[in-house]
Parts: sequence; structure tokens; C-alpha cells
Amino acid sequence: MEKIEVEEMLACDAPNDMKQEEGFVGNLKYGVVGILFGIVFVKAEIVSWFRIQEMFRLQSFHMYGVIGSAIVVGMLSIWLIKRFRIKTIAGDEVVFHPKKFNSGQIYGGLLFGLGWAITGACPGPLFAQIGSGFVVVLVTLLSAIAGTWVYGYFRPRLP
Amino acid sequence: MELLELIRQPWPWYVAGPLIGLTVPALLLIGNKSFGISSSLRHICAACIPANIPFFSYDWKHEIWNLVFVAGILIGGFLAGHFLANPEAIQISPQTVADLKALGIQDFTGLMPGDIFNVANLFTLKGLVFFVLGGFLVGFGTRMAGGCTSGHSIMGISNLQWPSLVATCCFMAGGFAMTHLILPHLMKLF
Repeated sequence: MEKIEVEEMLACDAPNDMKQEEGFVGNLKYGVVGILFGIVFVKAEIVSWFRIQEMFRLQSFHMYGVIGSAIVVGMLSIWLIKRFRIKTIAGDEVVFHPKKFNSGQIYGGLLFGLGWAITGACPGPLFAQIGSGFVVVLVTLLSAIAGTWVYGYFRPRLP
Repeated sequence: MELLELIRQPWPWYVAGPLIGLTVPALLLIGNKSFGISSSLRHICAACIPANIPFFSYDWKHEIWNLVFVAGILIGGFLAGHFLANPEAIQISPQTVADLKALGIQDFTGLMPGDIFNVANLFTLKGLVFFVLGGFLVGFGTRMAGGCTSGHSIMGISNLQWPSLVATCCFMAGGFAMTHLILPHLMKLF
């Protein structure tokens, strides 16, 4: 019984908590948010391998400013949503998911960090890099999908 | 047309960061969606190669918004790269340029070093390291950590979740280790 709960918990890393079905047209709005997001990624050079190197060499404030100000705005927004019980456009209560600690966050976090500095990309920028013309990053994306799959395969034997 | 000129310039952090932060309430309010990108990789596995693995046996169609979202990111990348591209070469810190030149990188004109992220490198040792190994670590690591920079560092920390702060510190630690301890040795191989 507990096992199932854990699975459900993990299926919700970025979950859909909308009760109603949305259909094709309804889902297009996430595509629009994605397009705007992708434009910001490229225009602010967050997709740049050079910018990630600058960050890990502590030679520029740019990436720290981007991530830091994104967190401040995100934090303020979530506080406002909770404080004023702001509803979704469908009129539902906004659902938040607490993140439960497990050691995978440490080991997996370190592994992802190693990969981040090699590829110059977290998963989001991978898609934007491909779109902006670095077609070879498609191989990186396929390998990331393979990495996810291998994790899923060995998951029962991993911390 | 002056506006277009302005948009073509690289955007400063204080414009880009808040816009990225606004993605959090935007997704929550338009459809009760928690911001996170690496989950899309898991949904692709669940949709294409589930292989009866419990971790991939769930109703991925319920999470299709996430795949539409990342498809949007790809299109946004295309639009920005082709219609709003900065005509100048990227401006990065001179110290970073000097450090990377010392590691053997020569092309500093684009967003990515052309001497690495090049189709001709696909079947070389360089390609194996930068594309295959790097991508694998990103996919394996983010799923093991239960999220990436978006799900943990932005969504998780914004929602005051301390495990997300732990994960973010580990992302950074891994990146520092790669940049300072491992990359210098890797670059000697090419």
C-alpha cells in the first residue's frame, strides 16, 4: 500500500491537477506559454553553454540574477495565490505539492550538475537549443531520454 | 522598428528572470499545473518505451500539457533564433573567454561553441562526452533528483520546499565539480 503512495507521489513531479479534461485546444495554451518561455531562454542567453561556464566559474552575475529573480517572483506569486486564495481560471483551488526529501535528491542532483556543466543545458534549454538551430543537441536530448529510462529501469535498486 | 532592435539585443537578467518566475503563477492559474520540465522526458519514456517498468506505467496522456509546453519551448527557441537573433557575437566575461581558450575552445561567435556543438563531432570522442554522456547525466540525474532547475530550483524553492533547496545545492556542487575538477582533464583528451 505504501509503495503505491510513493509511486503516486513521484508521478507528480510536475503534475496536472486540473479536474476537467482539457482537450487539444485547451492544451494549446501551454504551448503558447512554452513559446514565450523558449524566446526568453534564447534572448537572455540562458541556453548558452558559455553562460553556464561563466556561472560555474563565478565570472558573471547574469545566471545568478536570472535564477535568483525568477525565484523571488515565483515566491511572491505563490505567496499571493495562497494569501488571497486566488483560484484558477476554471475556478478551482490551486494545488501545491510538498516535496518529500529522499537521498536521490542529493545523488541525482550531483549527477545532473555534472551533466549541466558539460551540456550547458538543463532539460528546458535543451529544447530551446535544438529549436534555435543546434540540431546536434537532438542527440543530447535522446541521450537524456535514455538516461531517464535507465533510471526508471534501475529505480527499485537505487537509493 | 526600434522596438524590434531593442528585442534583438540580449535581454538582461532583470528582464528574463522575472519573466521566467511568472511562468509559475501562469501555469498554476491557467490550469493548475506545477512548473517542471524534466518530467517531459519521463512522459516521453512512458509514451514511447514504457517496457512494463512501473516507473513508466501511468496515464501519460493526463500529463500531455507538459509535452505541449516543451514543444512550445522548441518553437520559441526557433522563433528567437531565427527572427530575433542578436546580430552581434555573444558578450561573455573576458576571464571566461581566457579560461576556455586555455582549454582549447576557439569559436566564441555563437551561443554555443561551434567547435564542440557541431554535427561533425557526432561520432567522435568529443561527441560521446558532450552529447551522449552529458545528456545521459542530465536525464538520469534530474529524474533521480525528482526535478531540475525548473521543478526544484524555481517551483520548489518558490514554494519553500527545503528538499528542493538541497537538490539545487547539489546541482550547483555537481556543476562546480565538473567545471573545475573534471572538464580540464576531459578537454585534454581531444
